[in-house]
Amino acid sequence: MTETPAPTTEHELCENKRAALDAIIAQHRDRPGALMVILNETQKQVGYVSEPMQRYVAKKMRVPVSAVHGVVTFYSFFTTQPRGKHTIKFCMGTACYVGGVPQLIEKAKQLTGSDIGQTTPDGQLTMEVCRCVGACSQAPVVTVDDEVVGRVKPNKFPQLIKKLLES
Amino acid sequence: MKFFRSHVLVSVDPQCLDMGAHEIVDALNDELVAWGLIDEVQVLETSRLGDPARFGPDLVVYPENVHYANLGVDDIPYLVEEHFLKGRIVEKFRAKETVVTDDELGAPKAKEVRIVLRNCGKIDPHNIEEYIAEDGYQALANALTSMTPEQVIDEVMRSGLRGRGGAGFPAARKWQLCRQVPDGPKYLTCNADEGDPGAFMNRRVLESDPHSVVEGMILAAYAIGASLGYIYCRAEYPIAVANLNVAIEQAREFGFLGQNIFGTDFSFDLEVRMGAGAFVCGEETALIASIEGKRGEPRPRPPFPAVKGVWGKPTNNNNVETYAVVPQILLKGADWYAAMGTEKSKGTKTFAIAGDVVNTGLIEVPFGLSLREVIFDVGGGIKDNKKFKAIQTGGPMGGCLVEEHLDLPLDYEALTAAGSMMGSGGLIIMDDETCMVDIARFFMEFTQEESCGKCTPCRVGTRRILDILEKICNGKGTLADIDQLELLCEEVMKNSLCGLGQGAPNPVISTLKHFREEYIAHVVDKKCPAKVCRALIRYEVIAPTCTGCTVCARNCPVEAISGERRQVHVIDEKTCIRCGICAQVCNFDAIAVLS
Repeated sequence: MTETPAPTTEHELCENKRAALDAIIAQHRDRPGALMVILNETQKQVGYVSEPMQRYVAKKMRVPVSAVHGVVTFYSFFTTQPRGKHTIKFCMGTACYVGGVPQLIEKAKQLTGSDIGQTTPDGQLTMEVCRCVGACSQAPVVTVDDEVVGRVKPNKFPQLIKKLLES
Repeated sequence: MKFFRSHVLVSVDPQCLDMGAHEIVDALNDELVAWGLIDEVQVLETSRLGDPARFGPDLVVYPENVHYANLGVDDIPYLVEEHFLKGRIVEKFRAKETVVTDDELGAPKAKEVRIVLRNCGKIDPHNIEEYIAEDGYQALANALTSMTPEQVIDEVMRSGLRGRGGAGFPAARKWQLCRQVPDGPKYLTCNADEGDPGAFMNRRVLESDPHSVVEGMILAAYAIGASLGYIYCRAEYPIAVANLNVAIEQAREFGFLGQNIFGTDFSFDLEVRMGAGAFVCGEETALIASIEGKRGEPRPRPPFPAVKGVWGKPTNNNNVETYAVVPQILLKGADWYAAMGTEKSKGTKTFAIAGDVVNTGLIEVPFGLSLREVIFDVGGGIKDNKKFKAIQTGGPMGGCLVEEHLDLPLDYEALTAAGSMMGSGGLIIMDDETCMVDIARFFMEFTQEESCGKCTPCRVGTRRILDILEKICNGKGTLADIDQLELLCEEVMKNSLCGLGQGAPNPVISTLKHFREEYIAHVVDKKCPAKVCRALIRYEVIAPTCTGCTVCARNCPVEAISGERRQVHVIDEKTCIRCGICAQVCNFDAIAVLS
């Protein structure tokens, strides 16, 4: 790591985020092993854990920023960038991989003009791949904003994407 | 507990919700109140019943097992009056086709014995009383009031129960080790970080019968003398986390968790901890690190968690399925359990069958059944009358087994001896259109990405193995690469720190052993015999069969297909990205794959 973390200032975060973080930290800080719980809650409520947010959590929890950053980058559920309004995740479990998810990804890339891991320029849709969601008997599976959509048919799929891009 | 003569299960699948499922639930309740039937008929919300696109908002009435489909709110008054008041089935609302109401489980198939899955789909996971009605928490009451912890361990020991997470270590032996450590306090962890692609046995138990896991954990805690337990559940299972939290809360209300359980001096409580998408956290030392709020990196053993676990204290870790079966063993006796299975593998095991098999989903069978029975009798055989090629057992760190292994009995020792392993219970069945080099590459891509990076053999080794496999799949491999692959696999297996690295080479080793000729075809002939690897195949329109319907051209993501309406179409090989969508959408089988 070459970049030196900027000193934490209270002004780095907007009022809303700081309030959200304060509430989460206050609720969980006394639990042993609270860091994972706090980061999970932050990801869920705020939608991402940016570097200023990591610094803020570290300061409040009295742990080194490196410890927080280490945890955030270790687990794939934590993101450091805000996501789009909708998130579509393509299940890459074995059954879905064999069942046609790679083809769906090709189609989605064509329709959105964005790649996996990217958000469309208008901030509408983020596309990601994910680990097996355990709905293998419904392969191929995608999740749309945490709802599982199974048995996705290649010819119905464009409608789904278009709906997400427009709503 | 209230008794109802009838239960109405309304699908609140997201698609049905869009079509007004909640309005239907409200309308049903209003009508039942109006007719004074609300104490006789219970309306429950359930997951998908049938394909919402075909059945619309739908519901099933038990015990009659009548499936009403495509309902609107306006249909409900008539339906309630006819069916529930007058007792007449309303034929005009009935689903035209019958559907399997639970596409993961369905009715028990021949040769299935359901112990762990016995309550799944039958009881309401949000209602502790329904679990109690199925003899729930009775084993706990017996154990706490009339058995010593040693007797509990002894009974589980005699049952022969082995850890269901994969390694198969005798559960009671582990408890004994933890109990004997003089240090305290002691902790209990439940590994619900079911990460193997294609495995969802634990998800189903946690979602549909969370109390069996809770009860099993309380019993184990009593046996080892633990005061606090953690259920570590992966973040991909939000419903499981929610249902567990409800179950724990209810167990507390009923006094099964908390201080002085059943008036004894035994106290125990449970907490759910959520993972955040790291496969390696299924390894017990990594799981413990994650519970402690750190990066989920494994550490060398010994010391084993039984000596130094969560917060450096003695900790017992078992899998969801191991805990879920304990109450049944104590209730029905060790002899009952030990009567099932083989000499060294007792009882039953749940499996998730996926891939190219007719009945995909969950099964629970006694140990000792042959792979053939599992695939062809329980699984219904290979889809579309294709030929069986291989079965992957033990997930991404397991191995593949082939035709000659089909009569092997399913137990821990037999699978290990054949070069695979039991693992947590994912079975992926592959037909003869599967490329084994591609499958090895797929699993290696998974383990490479999930390698935590702590030890060099796994971090660098899996990357190098994957590079070579990708090279081979791209038609650029040489025979020397295959030798290199074998060498690397051995080194990674021998020198990695934890089970992830030690097991990662298994898919490559077993496919090399059984399908070496496919590797040779990729590197020497530059052909993919199964016609899967994109760099080695091309798509062509079969001219006499093509009707010129334009479906393929319209669906091609890169516009590589051209042709006038009603004229034979042509695929431009240079533009084509070999995604295979054209072959999938063609209604006339007019697209051929060549290698």
